[in-house]
Amino acid sequence: MPAVRVRIQTEDFDLAAEVAALRAGDARVGAVCAFVGTVRDRHAPALAAAPHADGGASPVSALELEHYPGMTEKAIEAMIDAAQQRFDILGARVVHRVGLLQPLDQIVLVAVTSMHRHESFAACEFIMDYLKTQAPFWKKESTPEGAHWVDARVADDAALARWGIRAGNAAR
Amino acid sequence: MNAPDRAQAQQPLRTVTVRYFAAIREALGTGSERLTTPAATLSALRDELIARGGAHAETLARGKAVRMALDQLMVSDEAAPLADGAEVAFFPPVTGG
Repeated sequence: MPAVRVRIQTEDFDLAAEVAALRAGDARVGAVCAFVGTVRDRHAPALAAAPHADGGASPVSALELEHYPGMTEKAIEAMIDAAQQRFDILGARVVHRVGLLQPLDQIVLVAVTSMHRHESFAACEFIMDYLKTQAPFWKKESTPEGAHWVDARVADDAALARWGIRAGNAAR
Repeated sequence: MNAPDRAQAQQPLRTVTVRYFAAIREALGTGSERLTTPAATLSALRDELIARGGAHAETLARGKAVRMALDQLMVSDEAAPLADGAEVAFFPPVTGG
């Protein structure tokens, strides 16, 4: 029975345990690539909605993540299927947290196994680029000026376009 | 066939679930509603919601960055047909990861 490939949860995750579970018993695996996204304590400087001319940023004290239960899991499953068709990978799993998070917290894990490194490097980035623009999650940041919904970034659409997939998420 | 039956045959009603997320959910003050509608497409449903005026008109207006899902799949074509029992969602551009 295949392991669950996608989990959406409020609890933290353990990178080593997730990778161990993904590799478990599969001696074909010669490469594991894992990406962990974490909560920054500042805005991305490119965010037009919250320009801070000092090049710094207003501190983010908390991040709240909302998602669309049901659709989120389906969307990410489809992304993993797409990665499996495109790259010669052996396994993949995605864990994404929702709810209230704080700077330094882990948000997302994408882990991929393959026989050789190039495939898992590429597939990991592919899934992450896909997730950024097509998985139904929304972030709300709390700052000293108040809470606001994070704007989508055109750069994330461009990242997916590199794989030949049009996102159109950040566009009007 | 009497007149009301014929009218209904011409314009069948669908019961759909409409879900709202993030800033759109907050602006509308609700995350979900069920409604019975003659709207045959996503576009017609959006028009119907906009016609309510107020926050709906403001939030769902054409030209606003509104993304849509039909039966939990992202759709970019508003001409997508609505079936009875469909689940439609309106939400802002996504910002996960």
